[in-house]
Amino acid sequence: MKVLVPVKRVVDYNVKVRVKADGSGVETANVKFSMNPFDEIAVEEAVRLKEAGKASEVVAVSIGPATAQETLRTALAIGADRAILVQTDAEVQPLGVAKALKALIEKEAPQIVLLGKQAIDGDCNQTGQMLAALLGWPQGTFASKVVPGDGVLTVTREIDGGLETVELTLPAVVTTDLRLNEPRYASLPNIMKAKKKPLETVTAESLGVDLSPRLTTLKVAEPPKRKAGIKVSDVGALVDKLRNDARVI
Amino acid sequence: MSTRDSLEFDVLVIGAGPSGLSAAIRLKQLANEAGQELSVCVIEKGSEVGAHLLSGAVFEPHALDELIPDWKDKGAPLTTPAREDHFVFLTETKAHKFPVTPPQMNNHGNFIISLGNLARWMAAQAEELGVEIYPGFAAAEVLYDEQGAVKGVATGDMGIGKDGAKTANYTPGMELHAKQTIFAEGCRGSLTKTLFETFNLRDGVDPQTYGLGIKELWEIDPAKSQPGLIVHTIGWPMDAKTYGGSWLYHMDGNLVSVGFVVGLDYANPHLSPFEEFQRYKTHPAIRPTFEGGRRIAYGARALSEGGFQSIPKLTFPGGLIVGDAAGFLNVPKIKGNHTAMKSGMVAAEAVYEHLTGGSNGREVVEYPERLKASWVWSELHAVRNIRPGFQKGLWAGLANAAFETATRGKAPWTLHHHADHTTLKKAAEAPPIVYPKPDGVVSFDRLSSVYLSNTNHEENQPAHLTLKDAETPIRVNLALYDAPETRYCPAGVYEIVRAEDGTAPRLQINAQNCVHCKTCDIKDPTQNINWVVPEGGGGPNYPGGM
Ligand SMILES: Cc1cc2nc3c(=O)[nH]c(=O)nc-3n(C[C@H](O)[C@H](O)[C@H](O)COP(=O)(O)OP(=O)(O)OC[C@H]3O[C@@H](n4cnc5c(N)ncnc54)[C@H](O)[C@@H]3O)c2cc1C
Ligand code: SF4
Repeated sequence: MKVLVPVKRVVDYNVKVRVKADGSGVETANVKFSMNPFDEIAVEEAVRLKEAGKASEVVAVSIGPATAQETLRTALAIGADRAILVQTDAEVQPLGVAKALKALIEKEAPQIVLLGKQAIDGDCNQTGQMLAALLGWPQGTFASKVVPGDGVLTVTREIDGGLETVELTLPAVVTTDLRLNEPRYASLPNIMKAKKKPLETVTAESLGVDLSPRLTTLKVAEPPKRKAGIKVSDVGALVDKLRNDARVI
Repeated sequence: MSTRDSLEFDVLVIGAGPSGLSAAIRLKQLANEAGQELSVCVIEKGSEVGAHLLSGAVFEPHALDELIPDWKDKGAPLTTPAREDHFVFLTETKAHKFPVTPPQMNNHGNFIISLGNLARWMAAQAEELGVEIYPGFAAAEVLYDEQGAVKGVATGDMGIGKDGAKTANYTPGMELHAKQTIFAEGCRGSLTKTLFETFNLRDGVDPQTYGLGIKELWEIDPAKSQPGLIVHTIGWPMDAKTYGGSWLYHMDGNLVSVGFVVGLDYANPHLSPFEEFQRYKTHPAIRPTFEGGRRIAYGARALSEGGFQSIPKLTFPGGLIVGDAAGFLNVPKIKGNHTAMKSGMVAAEAVYEHLTGGSNGREVVEYPERLKASWVWSELHAVRNIRPGFQKGLWAGLANAAFETATRGKAPWTLHHHADHTTLKKAAEAPPIVYPKPDGVVSFDRLSSVYLSNTNHEENQPAHLTLKDAETPIRVNLALYDAPETRYCPAGVYEIVRAEDGTAPRLQINAQNCVHCKTCDIKDPTQNINWVVPEGGGGPNYPGGM
């Protein structure tokens, strides 16, 4: 059983992102990038499935610029077998990515597509769902547990106020939540080996997919700064401030 | 006992700063030109190349011209030529520009750069030549063979919990073996420090002395941006007995690099370098630059100020030391990038000659010989007496500096240094210092500053700030010096916490805030604090532009 793991190159989670002075987006020049943390969880889970003898091959895929090769090498260092880069310099958006993945899935025929529930840059939380819809496959989103069975996959989902367990008939799409696993450290020998694993680069055109953005960004702004609090002397003053200054009562 | 795997290289480089990368590049250039196989591996404790690099930086392109003559065509990030130098003396309310800039401060032909950006570019050049670079791996231990020669290093174990037990994610460290190991750890390298002892490399030389540099990167109001402008100040807020001063460099893209260096031979334990820096920015001549701008990044790093007198023996069987780990900084210029690079290049040439020339000695004695014949040596010799002249205070120091500069260091004497941890007075004998509260516009508190260093350490790991003796922080540091580590640490790592009734003080170490500046390892009065590497990848993540 083949597992396909889409991974995205995003601004590293430790970096405090900074909105460009002209409001056109966030600063990305000379900023540290790394694999989207939810995708790292997806790669880890896929590799664990392989180590448990449940999966035969783990293929990592990224849709993005040439530098996304580094992200794919990270996936290979964690334990993916090979990687495919759909190279584009366009700004990638969920629908375009889902379409590109669909085209690749038709070629690769995986049984499971395991991807992050969202990327921490755009926080869209759409790609997995769109992909399942385009493919007409069942989906298990926000997975905190994945148990393969015979032709099925039992997925425990993190939902508001609890957990929900669903059984999906394969092939299926699964998106990962934080609690699914804790990804391993890539060891030095595995990072070295990853440099020699196959990494194929294709273009969106060769897949017959149009990746041009459908959404236009009007403006990016930082959230308003929290104003410093004030101390009031007694309850009367508090009520007065709430009524007359904050106008909330 | 050892179950670690090992890997073999011809040459191993510890640290991907300017010195380590220059050494790696030069080695592969020589090997590739001769059609020789030579494996060169660089490991770096930062999560990526540049993540831990912090410098001013006004850059003398001298060494880069020699290493990669076509750097311009290859897109090196040297985009802001130095244009104008100001050297200013501050009093509390006034700024007096010196009519002439001291020659060491003349920057014609230099560039204002981000060292992190330069190193990222150099790393790409190195990889193109076939150098293997592994960021995220810290060298934790020097390995020796049966003869006592260095045979490489071991990287730290990953996935050890706070309690010292293995977690589910435990990954043992690796042994990296090489014919020669080049230590390029920068100022106060944690392994270099152990080598000094093992091989007695500091016998007969002055102690190394240090400064702490605290830096911020700002995006300022475009109307105020003057790319190429360089402003150095001395005087206020330092008293005349303490060595210190500021830099303020205008870069392209409305960026300003601003920072403050305090000599770590300061005597008053109440002094807080962080707050001196914050206070400096509120000076009426400085403040306007930052009003209407925003602070992007923050960090700190120690630099070596000992100069010529403090250079240790540079080689030992199996390895050698380059860059600021050896202390090749030109102090009056506050520049060490060009000398770090050149020392790496000279070391590479010596190592290459040694390995290919069929010499079977384990010590590359050619390196110090070649370095002494290079411009690094004459440059550092000429300025050797300037910094120690400031031990007697600012005015004596300036007079001495003028003398030494006029005579180009030809004086027949050499002034000497004391180790920085010995210079603190007792708290009771030193005047307390009251610092103003941050205004949140140009001056800030420590924690909101550390936040902008993007520092991060896996929380569940043993603290990498180790104490030789657990009692000393209270019995000595608090009792005699009023816990100076709570003030000199620019990241708020050290805190004295007490029970609710104010008794039972103890030292709390917030290790995850550490920005790897190494000041505690240097300044702790009884040298009780020992800085060791945390899990690889931990530490600051300085953004581009730093
Ligand atoms: C505040 C300040 C301002 C400065 N201003 C200027 C200036 O304007 N112009 C100028 O020319 N110079 C300046 N310098 C000096 C210059 O930055 C240094 O001389 C130079 O960085 C030294 O280079 P290096 O390669 O020796 O060490 P570093 O630049 O310190 O690099 C060492 C590298 O090794 C890594 N490392 C350390 N230990 C380990 C380990 N055990 N395992 C793995 N990796 C490790 C570190 O993370 C780091 O990346 C300044 C320095 C400071 C601190
Ligand atoms: S703990 Fe030590 S090395 Fe870390 S930031 Fe503080 S003074 Fe610097």
